[in-house]
Amino acid sequence: MDIFLLDAAVDGVLLGGVLALLALGLNLIFGVIDVVWIAYAELVMCGMYAIYWLFTFFHWPLLLACVVAILGVALLGVLVHLLIIEPVLGSPPINQLLATGGLLFFLQSLATLLFGTDFRNLGLRLPLLEWGDFSVSFARLLAFAAALVGAGALYLFLTRSFLGTAIRAIAQDREIMGLMGVSQRRIYLTTSAIGGGLAGFASCLLVLQYDVHPFIGNSFGPITFMICVLGGLGNMIGGFIAAFVMSQIISIGGYYFSIEFSYVLAFLLFIVMIFVRPQGILGR
Amino acid sequence: MTLARLTGVAALALLALLPFAASDYMLHIAIQILIWGFIYTAWSMMGRFGLTSFGHGAFLGVGAYVPALLWNFCGLTPWLGIPAGAALAVALALVIGYPSFRLRVVGHYFALVTLALSQVVLLSLVAARDLTGGSLGMTLKTVGHSWYALQFAQKSYFYEIAFVVWLGGLAVWRWIDRGIARTALDAISEDETAAAASGIDVTREKLRVTVVSAGLTALGGSLLTQYIQYVNPETVSGVAVSLQIVFAAIAGGMHVLLGPTVGALFTIVLNEALRIVFGIHFIGAANTIYGILLILFIIFMPRGIVGLAEEVFARTVRRPRAALDAPATRV
Repeated sequence: MDIFLLDAAVDGVLLGGVLALLALGLNLIFGVIDVVWIAYAELVMCGMYAIYWLFTFFHWPLLLACVVAILGVALLGVLVHLLIIEPVLGSPPINQLLATGGLLFFLQSLATLLFGTDFRNLGLRLPLLEWGDFSVSFARLLAFAAALVGAGALYLFLTRSFLGTAIRAIAQDREIMGLMGVSQRRIYLTTSAIGGGLAGFASCLLVLQYDVHPFIGNSFGPITFMICVLGGLGNMIGGFIAAFVMSQIISIGGYYFSIEFSYVLAFLLFIVMIFVRPQGILGR
Repeated sequence: MTLARLTGVAALALLALLPFAASDYMLHIAIQILIWGFIYTAWSMMGRFGLTSFGHGAFLGVGAYVPALLWNFCGLTPWLGIPAGAALAVALALVIGYPSFRLRVVGHYFALVTLALSQVVLLSLVAARDLTGGSLGMTLKTVGHSWYALQFAQKSYFYEIAFVVWLGGLAVWRWIDRGIARTALDAISEDETAAAASGIDVTREKLRVTVVSAGLTALGGSLLTQYIQYVNPETVSGVAVSLQIVFAAIAGGMHVLLGPTVGALFTIVLNEALRIVFGIHFIGAANTIYGILLILFIIFMPRGIVGLAEEVFARTVRRPRAALDAPATRV
């Protein structure tokens, strides 16, 4: 087998892990609050900048910077819900989409204003793991493993804890849960915090591999939505599988053609899938 | 009514004569407002009926690139290139629109399908870098003043062209607004099933308005390229410009004739003003404020500037007068 093709396939799996984590957070918010945060990837950008500044400027230990970033983005998630989503909860769904679209503009421009358009990275070189001709970036492997652990932890939380059960229940029936004594607002806020926290977690993993710049959200934001829809909006396991399907298309396509063309393929697949299976790959 | 009409005609005449009074800079701003106002008007033809497209960047990109490529590589005049671009955009709209409407892809899903389409066009333009110059963009081959090439040294020519096209756009908007299709589309946006049950061909009605909107958007894209004589994938296609179109149209008010144009006026003037205030030291400051305004608009005045003005006008002026008029007409 072609060693480079194998390389591309492994890269695809590793990329899929991080995309899956992002899709998971977005899916959680969509499934529970019934709102699409179109600025989700921009929250990740905020987290990446936070880690960058804490690490290179204030010389905090990387791990501490990551923890602060996760908490910070979780808080940001709560703020997004309080300030932007809550006022438009009763409006048509498209207005909610647009309100978070305004947030996307705001965060991108604010980042440009504060940090300029320079590409910045941590300046860390994580080693390559090599077996003969075959090599894997340690950063990517770490990101993949961490993404799987994060997804697993979320799954356990949602299925085993009381709060998690309440979150899943409210996604199924909003009215009844109120009668059962569960505050809808509290669940929404918790969900926003978890969604934000997942974005923060993803930013820790991405900052190890990519340079951060104000428009980095554009490069993986759209693909994350496509993944969520492909898996069936609100369906987490479907989103998880779709993340790996999409990432394989992107990296194998990038191997055979060009990277832009592989994204074109991924988006075209998405369009076709919406027509053929709008309920997602695992939908009923 | 005649007074209102007279004022309208006088305002239009004044607008047409603007090049004799304005500086080059003012004219440049005015041309941009007219072209973008035209594009936003084209978007609102669909948007006002609940067909929220996040993919007009696709049509804009096709319209901007096709005539430019045909001119640079085949020497084909934009007089043929622009219709070719519009035709391709219409074809694209049909390919995406027909299955979407047939299979009832609406709301979020329609927004995401069109968003994907605009990304496809953006990435294809970047990927075909041997032809298009990729992200670096592409400059039109210039020939100086020429009607054949639609290139003019003086801005006044472009101003008049943009003015006529913009008026045309308003006329189409009005034509849709007054037509029977409007009632059908309103019914569809209220309740698709009920509309279909009462004999409306939902797919056809939606497709017609989509095709018109896409074709006009492509025309706007062509004009932008002809005017600036440079085109870049990021500025005419992809998510960013698609969202820009949606926001400006909504900020102005997509349910009224002049709403999208006011949206263009508002966003462009705001951008220029903020740019002058903040200078080049605070890149992004202008857009930061713009972003906040967008969020506030969506939350507090979803009907836009003109929509809100009309509402206030109706509440304070029209209604009391109408109440007074009513008995008089009966006698």
